Amino acid sequence: MKNDDNKIIITVTGIDKVGIVSAVSACLAEHSVNIEDIKQTIMQDNFVMIMLCDIKKIKVSFKEFKENLLELAKKLKMEIWVQKKELFDKMHTI
Amino acid sequence: MSYFNQQHIIETIKMIKIHHLDIRTVTLSLSLRDCCSTSCKKTGAKIYDKIIKYAKNLVSFAQETENEYSIPIVNKRIALSPISFIGESCDNTDYVYLAKKIDEAGQEVGVDFIGGFSALVDKGFTKGDLKFFEQIPDALAQTKKLCSSVNLGTSKAGINMDAVLKTADIIKQCAILTKDFDSIACAKFVCFCNAVTDNPFMAGAFCAVNEAECALNIGVSGPGVISSAIENLDKNADLGEVSNLIKKMAFKITTAGELIGRRLAQKLNIPFGIIDLSLAPAPNKGDSVAEIFQAMGLEYAGAHGTTLALAMLNDAVKKGGTMASSYVGGLSGAFIPVSEDLGMIEAVNKNSLTIDKLEAMTSVCSVGLDMIAIPGDTPNSAIAGIIADEMAIGMINKKTTAVRIIPVIGKKEGEFAQFGGLLGTAPIMKINKYSSESFVNRGGRVPAPIHSLNN
Repeated sequence: MKNDDNKIIITVTGIDKVGIVSAVSACLAEHSVNIEDIKQTIMQDNFVMIMLCDIKKIKVSFKEFKENLLELAKKLKMEIWVQKKELFDKMHTI
Repeated sequence: MSYFNQQHIIETIKMIKIHHLDIRTVTLSLSLRDCCSTSCKKTGAKIYDKIIKYAKNLVSFAQETENEYSIPIVNKRIALSPISFIGESCDNTDYVYLAKKIDEAGQEVGVDFIGGFSALVDKGFTKGDLKFFEQIPDALAQTKKLCSSVNLGTSKAGINMDAVLKTADIIKQCAILTKDFDSIACAKFVCFCNAVTDNPFMAGAFCAVNEAECALNIGVSGPGVISSAIENLDKNADLGEVSNLIKKMAFKITTAGELIGRRLAQKLNIPFGIIDLSLAPAPNKGDSVAEIFQAMGLEYAGAHGTTLALAMLNDAVKKGGTMASSYVGGLSGAFIPVSEDLGMIEAVNKNSLTIDKLEAMTSVCSVGLDMIAIPGDTPNSAIAGIIADEMAIGMINKKTTAVRIIPVIGKKEGEFAQFGGLLGTAPIMKINKYSSESFVNRGGRVPAPIHSLNN
């Protein structure tokens, strides 16, 4: 369970366009964040990508990493949520 | 390999983004029992130092935690031991001085509110309590973040009617001293019957004498999450299904609160205390307990059937919440503050919700008459009568009840008081015009009720 602290969920939503996955993945690679799983769908004309990542080897603080991703979100005109995975595990399982 | 469920993630983000799921408060409960001394200055300094020592990281660590989970923590607060106890050993205690020191410490650590300017007088007054009572209005009028509470009755001891009368005077004094700001000091003062010892919510949070040195207590919110879930339920779903749905949503809200609370407690290196299951509204669209009643099928809060709707909501929240956390405490239920809930305000404006209906609702909700504005010229005896009625409901039904009422000086029925922030806007409500003076002025102690022959 200790490991779970390093697992995060990144949710990217917005209007579909070329280069979203590439830009987000590049940013994650820059921070040494490993992508473990990606799921992608279109919901009500919106692009939705959910990534499961591991931040064990991250080089900066969680705060700084998140700020950088949110900065990227602005550039891409997408919405990005970065949250510890533990939240979803707790909320939706008994 | 970790697993994740897309639907769960999207549902959670919707709850936060659209339905205002948030942690209403993280409240550091802090004992001041080691701060007593014979000198008021020394006691003040000890209290100040202790608050700084324990709470200096509360706000920054709370911000860090909310960032990790992207769930807002709306308020950071501190609950202290009742100051009436801590100040009593001083020679010539200046409680206003202590209040200012506490407020100063609260400003220094950056919390939103600091509670515990409190006294427990359900069975009677000590000399210190009497002095403390006299100084509450000045203390509240001269501070910003300080909150005060008094316990006037319990199911075991009965009701201290003399204290009820004094409390009505305090409320009026508070109103007069802050008349230029719609009598806002009254919003920082609450009186209880059966006050709870680990409440994280203001104005009534204090660290009771039986509590640990320090602990982190959490209050969750999320009425919008419940109302939207009910709205999406089949319109023909029966009340059993509605109740079941509320339980499920309460479970989710509570686990989020517990997770964040435990995480923050760990960072602060203090024990996790309790999670309070209360559904606390905020004056924003979609963050209202009244909207839950509307989703259930009532046209406005206050319509016949509202008491049942509230009873069911309260019970289901407790059932779902207790499944989600090992340590549930505080007030735990649904709050029905008028000024802090847009749906309640609308119901008052539509003449659907009256003070009498609110009183009935308090017999099944978690607290009581909360954030109710009344005309500024209401006689003190009427205020005492309102408090007495509410205390009676708590005493007989063995539950916590409270009164936080604001006689808005210079305003009358139909006008509005503006408090701002979480405290919102209060329509001035109509009260009964007939006198309770001779009754309440009898004073004395109402004997404790019999606890058998329950009918």
